[in-house]
Amino acid sequence: MDRYAEIAQHVQNGYSERARKAVEAALAEGCPAERVLKEGLIAGMEVVAAKFKSGQMFLPEVLAVAGAMKAGMELVKPLLVAARHEPLGKVVLGTVRGDMHDIGKNLVAIMLQGAGFDVVDLGTDVRVEKFIDAIEREHPDVVGMSALLTTTMVHMKTVIEALKQRDLRAHVKVIVGGAPISKNFASEIGADGYARDAATAVDVVKELLNSR
Amino acid sequence: MRKRFNSLTLGADALLFGVAGTPLRRNGVLIGGGKVLPEIKFTLPPMSIEDTPAMEIEAMYREIVTAVCERAVHLGQQSVVVEFELLPPMTVDPPMGESITSLIAGILAEFRTSHGLQSLLRITPVDIREQNKPPQRRRGRETELLLESFRRCARAGADLLSIESTGGKEVTDQAIMAADVRGILFGTVVLGCADMEFLWEKIVRVARETGTVPAGDTACGIGNTAMVLADQGYIPRVFAAVVRAVTAVRSLVAYEVGAAGPGKDCGYENAILKAITGLPMSMEGKSAACAHLSPVGNIAGCYADLWSNESVQNIKLLAGMAPVVSMEQLVYDCRLMNVAAGRGEGRRLRDWFSESDAGLDPQAFILSPRAVEALARAIVSEQDDYRRGVAVAVKAVDLLREGLSKQHLLLSEREQEWLTRIEHTVSELPSDSMGFIAEERPKWKDHVNYGEYGIPDDV
Repeated sequence: MDRYAEIAQHVQNGYSERARKAVEAALAEGCPAERVLKEGLIAGMEVVAAKFKSGQMFLPEVLAVAGAMKAGMELVKPLLVAARHEPLGKVVLGTVRGDMHDIGKNLVAIMLQGAGFDVVDLGTDVRVEKFIDAIEREHPDVVGMSALLTTTMVHMKTVIEALKQRDLRAHVKVIVGGAPISKNFASEIGADGYARDAATAVDVVKELLNSR
Repeated sequence: MRKRFNSLTLGADALLFGVAGTPLRRNGVLIGGGKVLPEIKFTLPPMSIEDTPAMEIEAMYREIVTAVCERAVHLGQQSVVVEFELLPPMTVDPPMGESITSLIAGILAEFRTSHGLQSLLRITPVDIREQNKPPQRRRGRETELLLESFRRCARAGADLLSIESTGGKEVTDQAIMAADVRGILFGTVVLGCADMEFLWEKIVRVARETGTVPAGDTACGIGNTAMVLADQGYIPRVFAAVVRAVTAVRSLVAYEVGAAGPGKDCGYENAILKAITGLPMSMEGKSAACAHLSPVGNIAGCYADLWSNESVQNIKLLAGMAPVVSMEQLVYDCRLMNVAAGRGEGRRLRDWFSESDAGLDPQAFILSPRAVEALARAIVSEQDDYRRGVAVAVKAVDLLREGLSKQHLLLSEREQEWLTRIEHTVSELPSDSMGFIAEERPKWKDHVNYGEYGIPDDV
């Protein structure tokens, strides 16, 4: 088993310390940080994400895996930053104004981070100005909005309208999700994508970025 | 002053829908006195409360409540309970919630006079204390607004005061995702019970001042979050079952402080609370599928004194508006239960409700009458909240293990592995709460403001 496969295996097993040591060894042997990330850490996480999506793994097991990935990332990230490596993409997430529900959004954040995306989580009850400020500041590839109430889902459209008014709409893809949200609603308000759950959110984001 | 239960009021043989140990009578409505009554709930269609004139919002509530009452009258239903669950802007702005409460109370009074429809109005403000991170549970504007909302709604015509309080949720949200039993106990029975005692003393006081009934609470934000995530395959079902058992310790506090029932519909732990307190409980099951899915659609009916639809948007279906459809479903469910009980066949129907669900999911298994009695006994065998939580968690695991070994419960291999893991965790829990708090407290310090739970710094 090569170093990259070894790292991927430790990540899949959720062994944080072993993953960290394998990454350390790989970097000491001169393996490029970018390959350690893609062929080791992300490759391991992708196997887990697929198992989670197909119902073969529970979320607590995924969280253990995410911990192992994080342990390895702490060693790799400074090298990637120094080499000006571009991340897979950046996603700004938030639950819309008036809505305090955040478990669904948090799950999406975990899955996106595990897939290698940079995630900026704005939290709950996020007003339109806060979304706009974050988009202007962070320049994300995607903004994701969540809502659990019929009386807050309408604020998703307000954010999209504000993006148009600020000439930001062309620069960022918009995905939406939450219990009362449907694919039709997403289309009606002008969102680019609809994620029916956390497991599919990563696929939706990847598809949107590939279609650019 | 909190009076802790140390014995059961109703054993498994006495647990039956429509029958409470201490029925509630108010305004011509009898709850738990032999018949199950429908409790109808509804919410608005997609719209912004903040951007819609108050008159338009009130017109929608008028339309919904009038329509559901008309259907109840048409079906010959004599008594109903209507719940107005305030939306966040209606709790943050107490006069707004008060105005809608007054409107609904007025419509119910009209139907009482014109059609003889007896009714009670339950109001449920939103626990807006969650708005700050970490939440301010005791001090601050949100707590004042929440209590002001209760006072105004109570004076505006409400009969029953309820809430889905969220104390401890800043811990349990994360503990649920990680299937962390220790985190569940810390959030639910350490933080949750402390918050319940604080909050319910205040709600009971409002009820006394306003002549209303302090009805009950629910650990919906904990137990139902786990149930829904388990239903989606995100967390093990056996874990969600243990979470449910533990939530009973938290919800019980309301009744130990003075709540009189009926318990809030979405608290499936109400089955255990009915055994302990003997107070009437609202339950929801298959006819609440409009709001959320569950593995306990029939078995929840075993304990219902009120039978609820949980919530439904006011949207048009083929038959009519969705709340009207819900009212019809609830009325027919209640009719069947009441006819069975009237013929002395209530127990038989109860057992069918139980048997049709219990073997298929651990969350249903622990709600069978025999399991409910065992869990209730475990809780009242202890007086300390933490020890109650440990006792009921251990009992839930024991019941699931026994059900599995006797082949009364189906569990996948993965679920069985998790049952063993949980079994191991609960067997290693500290015996005293101070030791447990000392161990857990540092883990959650970034998420919890301990002063807001009255937990001293030196614990």
